[in-house]
Amino acid sequence: MKSVAAEPAAKTAAGRSIPFTTISGRPIERLYTKDDIAELGTERGLANPGDFPYTRGIHPSGYRGRLWTMRQFAGFGTPEETNERFKGLLKAGGGGLSVAFDLPTLMGRDPDHELSLGEVGKCGVSVVTLADMERLFDGISLADITTSMTINSPAPMIFAMYLAVAEQQGADWKKLSGTIQNDILKEFIAQKEYIFPPRQSMRLITDIFAFCSTEVPKWNTISVSGYHIREAGSTSAQELAFTLRDGIEYVQYGIDAGLDVDAFAPQISFFFNSHSDFFEEIAKFRAARKIWAEVMRDRFKAKNERSWKLRFHTQTAGVSLTAQQPYNNVVRTALQALAAVLGGTNSLHTNSLDEALALPTAEAATLALRTQQIIAHESGVTNIVDPLGGSFFLERLTLDMEREARQYFDIIDRMGGMVEAIEQGFPQKEIAEASYRFQQSVELRDKIIVGVNDFVQEDETPIPILYIDESTAERQLSRLRDLKTTRDNEKVRRSLDVLKETARGTGNTMYPLLDCVRAYATVGEMCDALRDVWGEYEEVPLI
Amino acid sequence: MKKIRVVIAKPGLDGHDRGAKVIARALRDAGMEVIYTGLRQTPEQIVGAALQEDADVIGMSILSGAHMHACPRVMQLLKEKGLDDVLVVVGGIIPDVDIPKLQAMGVRGIFLPGSPMQQIIDFIQANARPRVEQV
Repeated sequence: MKSVAAEPAAKTAAGRSIPFTTISGRPIERLYTKDDIAELGTERGLANPGDFPYTRGIHPSGYRGRLWTMRQFAGFGTPEETNERFKGLLKAGGGGLSVAFDLPTLMGRDPDHELSLGEVGKCGVSVVTLADMERLFDGISLADITTSMTINSPAPMIFAMYLAVAEQQGADWKKLSGTIQNDILKEFIAQKEYIFPPRQSMRLITDIFAFCSTEVPKWNTISVSGYHIREAGSTSAQELAFTLRDGIEYVQYGIDAGLDVDAFAPQISFFFNSHSDFFEEIAKFRAARKIWAEVMRDRFKAKNERSWKLRFHTQTAGVSLTAQQPYNNVVRTALQALAAVLGGTNSLHTNSLDEALALPTAEAATLALRTQQIIAHESGVTNIVDPLGGSFFLERLTLDMEREARQYFDIIDRMGGMVEAIEQGFPQKEIAEASYRFQQSVELRDKIIVGVNDFVQEDETPIPILYIDESTAERQLSRLRDLKTTRDNEKVRRSLDVLKETARGTGNTMYPLLDCVRAYATVGEMCDALRDVWGEYEEVPLI
Repeated sequence: MKKIRVVIAKPGLDGHDRGAKVIARALRDAGMEVIYTGLRQTPEQIVGAALQEDADVIGMSILSGAHMHACPRVMQLLKEKGLDDVLVVVGGIIPDVDIPKLQAMGVRGIFLPGSPMQQIIDFIQANARPRVEQV
């Protein structure tokens, strides 16, 4: 089918004898022509932005109508420290908040648990009870902002705390807007922050779908995430395939739980990585919109156009950042951010230059935000919708990405679904293979990483980094001790009992969780109650 | 000569295991016996695995900032069990200021992001305790 370069690309190249492949190992031809996209001339051709299947974007006016939301992920130390960083980001022109929680919170452990030692407040903010959530959003009106919360296994508990703070502020739940990540499948596949077994975890998620469809209708109930799959070492096509197949699994479980697809599908959003291979990433974003639209309309028979439209957040690739010559990371991040914008992202986080070394300093986080503002306001790329649409190369790449994703769908469908595929370790093994292949290509210098395996500099001056000491742990521990003597412990016990009873049955867990939260039960206590009923998941370690 | 036996462990709550898995596989491909403990191991479990597996090397992957808790405890337990000759190496995100502290407690290899796999393999081959053939 190819019109040019029948022989391997490397041989036809003038001069350099390196493999011409993307960062994912995909071979790239020397030249693409109209013959490469002949199939777009058919009835499956390229629709305009705003038209099904939205390859060129979900909005007819692109970024002319509205820019993407510049949403910088932040969180460290105590809720007060993070509150201060949030207020700074809002003042600097950030459009929405995005909360990073520490590992004990993410794993549903209180600061006094054995495994929390050394982890409190280190990778994010420590939130133990509703009192911490009150401090985190002190002076910030939840009715007037959108908040994204990166929380998965304990998503229902943390979301219940957010709703309780909104309640205290007098904000109407029906008007609240934001996102909880709430994507457990990619935890089993990639990031490994799981607590409960897969099927019980899926129940918590469909409970949130049902709860939000009536109680918090503007909230994005899930952010189906490829980001972590990619960071774990997948290829670009695997990220696309596994993420969308996870999305299919959630929709299927929602339908199986008795929900009407159009009642919850419009609240599903996505989250992708933007890695260093510029065109491959743009193609991935465009293919994602097309596949999702077709899946929702044709596989699930959704009638509402909003169910067809894939909306997504993007984060630049943390894994591409280097500890060596860290200022180079600003350039990497700018290119990755531009790819996300040319791919039509709806919101974006740009990483800071120091994140291969530590959590970002305030200065580094501001520079990362400025990078987005320069793309938005100086580069001119926001004047036009899908400026690369129709490019022979990009459209071919978009079609190839789609085909590869659908091949993975077939394999996973044959296994019985994503939960079954995960139980068999399928996506985990595919990612581990890809990650090892990439590392070998770096070792062999088939892939050059500037400052790491080429252009190395011996005499580097260290840059200032954020160092988080143990004071957060001490403060959170003493607060926890105080709380347990001042709250109504009998009320806590009763609310946890109702939670367990609901978990044993089939009721919606969100309602008893809200009561636990209002009684100032801790994240650890609520998760332990569910651990008692459902047990914990343990994976078989594979290498 | 007997193969070098390596326990690769992930202490703490962090689940980011890409580095641990890649290095486990690279060491295995370099001819070592590799035992991967899986996630969320306490120092007691890590030293227990080293004892049980008769390990020559413990490699810990830590990205979350918990190294100043996990490492001292592992080193202390190794001493208590008479396993002082086990080579301990750490890979991950370690701030510069902590490197001399880890070295002082006996962590001999510290590998930061971007370290070539071959460098880690060479270091372990040169520094792992010599294994004596059992008769």
